[in-house]
Amino acid sequence: MKHVKTLNTQTLNNTVKKGGCGECQTSCQSACKTSCTVGNQTCEQKK
Amino acid sequence: MIHQYKSNGYNIVLDVNSGAVHVVDGLCYDVISCLNRQNRDYTAETLKEPSVLEFLEQELGGAYIVSELKEALEDVAELTGAGKLFTPDCYACLLDEVKERKTVVKALCLHIAHDCNLACRYCFAEEGEYHGRRALMSYEVGKKALDFLIANSGKRRNLEVDFFGGEPLLNWQVVKDLVAYGREQEKVHDKHFRFTVTTNGVLLDDDIQEFINREMDNVVLSLDGRRKVNDRMRPFRNGSGSYDLIVPKFQKLAESRGQERYYVRGTFTRENLDFSEDILHFAELGFKQMSIEPVVGDETDPYAIRGEDLPAIMEEYDKLAKIMIEREKSGKGFHFFHFMIDLEGGPCVAKRLSGCGSGTEYLAVTPWGDLYPCHQFVGQEQFLMGDVDDGIVRPEIADEFRSCNVYTKEKCRNCFAKFYCSGGCMANAYNFHGTIHDAYDIGCEMQRKRVECAIMIKAALS
Repeated sequence: MKHVKTLNTQTLNNTVKKGGCGECQTSCQSACKTSCTVGNQTCEQKK
Repeated sequence: MIHQYKSNGYNIVLDVNSGAVHVVDGLCYDVISCLNRQNRDYTAETLKEPSVLEFLEQELGGAYIVSELKEALEDVAELTGAGKLFTPDCYACLLDEVKERKTVVKALCLHIAHDCNLACRYCFAEEGEYHGRRALMSYEVGKKALDFLIANSGKRRNLEVDFFGGEPLLNWQVVKDLVAYGREQEKVHDKHFRFTVTTNGVLLDDDIQEFINREMDNVVLSLDGRRKVNDRMRPFRNGSGSYDLIVPKFQKLAESRGQERYYVRGTFTRENLDFSEDILHFAELGFKQMSIEPVVGDETDPYAIRGEDLPAIMEEYDKLAKIMIEREKSGKGFHFFHFMIDLEGGPCVAKRLSGCGSGTEYLAVTPWGDLYPCHQFVGQEQFLMGDVDDGIVRPEIADEFRSCNVYTKEKCRNCFAKFYCSGGCMANAYNFHGTIHDAYDIGCEMQRKRVECAIMIKAALS
């Protein structure tokens, strides 16, 4: 594509079917404790 | 839903529902912007209809020639066909599932000490006492808390326990005993405990460091940055500063962990809106993993962030993002927690819809064993859910937290950042609006900016 560079191959909708195992880290445990940041968490299945 | 913005010379297009991120040229940026304003549910097919190109010609004909517009439109159609642009929202159908989901408890924040040897001015725990009395958790209460966690964790194998306070090092023997108990129990029940600790470092010594390195998955080291900034907000009870005592201990600990699995974590207030200097100070001290969070305080607190501070904060985040790119390119990079974003291997949609987990998957335990939705609700009696002896006796509180997500909050539904913050901190929402079904507006503004910066950094380093 001449006009576009896409940064990621994985899309969110692809995770609908296989998602939700619940083994991932709880958001607030990592560093924040006063806000909520989920987008930087790692999926346990992809580690 | 599409969010597009220009940052540091990059034209960035975020397709919110797929999470796809595109860096585009000016022509394509304008084409997408024009199409997006039409508010239509485009598909690859409808984008190929002659009327679409005619519309673009009408709108952008003065700036671009038709063949250019046609070419850009072809790229847009291709992305749309691949499910990476104008992606419809297919998650609403999951909402009932999210609300009705059977949750298990997978993380506890153990308030091992409601006492502290510092007197930080902004402390939401009120110098460790949480609107209550000074207290240390006994081994018996801690043991019951771990038993409660194991019993309520279902098939979940990885269990998280954060030793929090107040200052956990004031009750260190109990921490050590509870870790030993946890290690014993994880074998019996086929579980794996991930222990973490949050400390101000005052009592940190070689023995404690050795134990932390052996047993703790992560350690959060509280420090606000430059000496004068830290000492103004984080004094000892006699008013003297804590920086000089703590910094060498933190440096040693970070180094002993190979500069991994820790965060130096500070708080910025309206008294240091130039907080990028504090982050750079961390970097100068040799730290590689860091976080600086905006203070959350009542509007009457002189140090609280106000709406009028936002432009300066936005500039500061932009400045920090640019510095981080340069440092990364010159081999002097570091991680800033709020700019970390995983575009490829991030959490699944189920996780993004279910939020931080407070009140359901994550609970706080007071020194005497009471259960609250999270550490920030401790001491607010209307959120008392039960205790480690009787378990959850007010399940309706968990139900309320479980039912709260980015689609039930008016402010979140149309926000581009909803899948990155997952609705934000419920305690902040409650503190500012009296309900968890709202959002802390100033926090949202900053969160959106951080998501934009995080994506821009990815674009710059790709």
